[in-house]
Amino acid sequence: MKRAFLTGLIGLAPLVAEVTVIQNATIMSEGAKGTFKGTIVVENGKITAVGDNVMVPSGATVIDAAGQFVIPGIIDCHSHIAVDGGVNEGSVSVSSMVNIRDVINPEDIAIYRALAGGVTSANILHGSANAIGGQTLVLKMRWGQDAEGMIFQGATPGIKFALGENPKRAGNPQGGRGAPATNARYPATRMGVEDVIREAFTEAKAYKATWDAYDAQVAKGEHPIPPRKDLKLESLKEVLEGKRFVHAHCYRADEILMLIRVADDYGFKIKTFQHVLEGYKVAKEIAAHGAGGSTFSDWWGYKAEAYDAIPYNAAVMTKKGVISSLNSDDDELMRRLNTEAAKAMKYGGLTREEALALVTINPAKQLGVDNKVGSIEVGKDADIVIYDKDPLSNYAKVQKVWIDGNKYFDRDSDVSGRPNKELEKKKLADKENAVTPARGGRGPQ
Amino acid sequence: MRKFGLLVVCAVAAFAAANDTVFIRGVDVYPVTGPEMKGVSVLVQDGKIADIGARVIAPKGVKIVDGKGLRLYPGMIDSNTQLGLSEISSERVTVDTGELGEFMPQLKALSAVNPESEHFGVVRANGITSVMTFPAAGGRGGRGGGGGQYISGQAALIHMDGWTWEDMEIKRDAAVQLLFPSIAMRGGRGGLANVDFADEIALLFGGGSAAGTYTEAKRNYETQVEKVTDFFDSARHYQKERTANLPGFKRDLKYEAMLPVLEGKVPVAVPASRERAIHDAVAFAEREHIKIVIMAPQELGKEGAELKAKNIPVILGRTEAVPENQDLPYDYAESLPGEFYKAGVKIAFGTFNNEFSRNLPYNAARAVAYGLPYDEALKAVTINAAEIWGAGDKMGSIEKGKWADLMLVNGDPLETATQIKALYIKGKEVDLSNKQTRLYQKYLARP
Repeated sequence: MKRAFLTGLIGLAPLVAEVTVIQNATIMSEGAKGTFKGTIVVENGKITAVGDNVMVPSGATVIDAAGQFVIPGIIDCHSHIAVDGGVNEGSVSVSSMVNIRDVINPEDIAIYRALAGGVTSANILHGSANAIGGQTLVLKMRWGQDAEGMIFQGATPGIKFALGENPKRAGNPQGGRGAPATNARYPATRMGVEDVIREAFTEAKAYKATWDAYDAQVAKGEHPIPPRKDLKLESLKEVLEGKRFVHAHCYRADEILMLIRVADDYGFKIKTFQHVLEGYKVAKEIAAHGAGGSTFSDWWGYKAEAYDAIPYNAAVMTKKGVISSLNSDDDELMRRLNTEAAKAMKYGGLTREEALALVTINPAKQLGVDNKVGSIEVGKDADIVIYDKDPLSNYAKVQKVWIDGNKYFDRDSDVSGRPNKELEKKKLADKENAVTPARGGRGPQ
Repeated sequence: MRKFGLLVVCAVAAFAAANDTVFIRGVDVYPVTGPEMKGVSVLVQDGKIADIGARVIAPKGVKIVDGKGLRLYPGMIDSNTQLGLSEISSERVTVDTGELGEFMPQLKALSAVNPESEHFGVVRANGITSVMTFPAAGGRGGRGGGGGQYISGQAALIHMDGWTWEDMEIKRDAAVQLLFPSIAMRGGRGGLANVDFADEIALLFGGGSAAGTYTEAKRNYETQVEKVTDFFDSARHYQKERTANLPGFKRDLKYEAMLPVLEGKVPVAVPASRERAIHDAVAFAEREHIKIVIMAPQELGKEGAELKAKNIPVILGRTEAVPENQDLPYDYAESLPGEFYKAGVKIAFGTFNNEFSRNLPYNAARAVAYGLPYDEALKAVTINAAEIWGAGDKMGSIEKGKWADLMLVNGDPLETATQIKALYIKGKEVDLSNKQTRLYQKYLARP
């Protein structure tokens, strides 16, 4: 019944792209043009013109957005939606062989809800149970398409690392101090987390050297026997080559600094520190390394390592030169990243544009897709959101969302379609009850 | 960084010693219970609002605060937290909610409140001047606590400032938390308040596996209701014995704690997510002739008329929540407060949480976007909460004679970007700095 109903929802979503023009809106472009009243022209999935004085192509679908606000589609740099089953392969401390790409569930309702919150792209990560976790994937919220169709083509693949309490939890199965370490998985301390990463990259460097030697021989026209492929080390080799971004879950300043030094030692870069709740303490070092910081706006105190979290984190990191974003890590929070951005105005005094950048152009940079999305500029993908009010206000509601010029969310159609969905649901339920009479199971809901 | 204390113009002579006396000049007053008054002055004396108006004159020597261009609202009230009782939610040693025992009405949240909890400073910096703090997290025994609990203790209404919990007390028995049995069963991650409760029930009934049939679930439910009824019967019997003062009468702390409930002086606060659970809880309260407040409902169903007719108030959970099943509209949680309001039910908001208590006003604002009138949202975080918890005569609005629990702000207090310029609890200006502002200043200045 669930599945059938979902199919009904999917049927409503994407419309065929043609030429779309959005007029008279307040456009917060997050690009060079800043915020202005004007027009956006979308053709073949791309933004082809933006400005206050733009020719409207004939035959275009014109949307009058007078009094409304347009922003680039929101990008969530840390999400676990659309993952089928568990997000953690927790049996080993280095799980770099597993890939989120293999477990995408395009029917997760969280995708639609994220769209309804203005999100158009999201970085889907492995969990944080391992010092080195699985491979990550950037999706576009193309609700209604299959798993393959959700993938953000051209985004740099990533890998999840995790520091602190989570990766050491499996090393402390009894939780308490001095408890017998039955079934414990190394590591159990922050010292061990560092060691696990160093051990893995020691192996990966040797592995890379073997392949480099092989490649050199091939380049010389020789025909050597290729080395054996190691799926665990293959993705770490890509990290060493700069072809795969490291997104590292972390909380405390000590562990952030530790990973920077490990990366320095092994000659790779951390693309983003995720959560990075104490990033404000070591913003200087993060900026010097060239890493980004993707944090929560105001989560704190839910675990010991989150006790020094401050809502000023994003603002401090921004002021100290770290490219910063606000992420959700949560299918609920994901729906309102626009007002999470507003918290960086309240806490730390960022400007409106700086605040909105935390959920648009900055995460685009952190995912290596800022040439395609993150701002409303000519040549970029037409990933666009219309709000009825100022998107930094708690009273604003998403009205329409486009991805690649296709409309994937429309509040009016969602609301007006509800009676029909109820009817369809009832029909399906009746049909199911007719086929399989109630088994005396859970009782009325 | 907020500019607390910078608004003081002068402070000398007669009132210099009294730190709960102040004159706020030329401010736009939003009393909540009446129309706004632009550019008036408010005189606070001995912690209470002494006068409001355009012609009020500052007594000689009183501390004067310039409110020009600012707005004055009553401080906000969060109707469900565990503030003071829970510091780091995942570290059991720092958590004092969720005691063992089935019927524990004698437990008092108030005397376990740690006034030095870092949460107080953090939450009040966003304009929240008082909260309800509950002995259990809305679940049956709560995380790490005893399972199978029915009555978890007395919830206290407290101010967000004080040297001791006695200073902070507004009402130590503002409610008794009753986890009334429910037959409702739900799956999935809720994001709403009483997930633990439903999960526990599901566990009791073998939910999650195919074991429990509805018949079994119903039988369990009936047994549990009987247990609760028995406890109330025994308490009532005790009440009679006590009144009669029979020889050999033995004092019992549990039943003693139930007397204010039986006398209708203190309400039971009952989490009830489903329409049916609401109905059952209300029916029970009626049978027992006790006052009831419904906590964190997740649907209204056809209960609106009953709640309205019986004048039963409701504490709504966070609107920042996902619908609990995938068939529900995406804006289900945001729209729910508007539905309760339209049904004529008296509502207030609770965050059911410490970490997000500071976001109370934003939860109210979100309800406005999806159908709750603005004025009602404001009432739901001020006067309604005060009235529901029995302190409507002392707080919750800006009126003569009430405590000066006030926030001085530069805009709409339900909007995120609005800054709190000053906060008063019983007329005393409260420090807006906290652990987080201190860390911010320290590391912003790091070379």
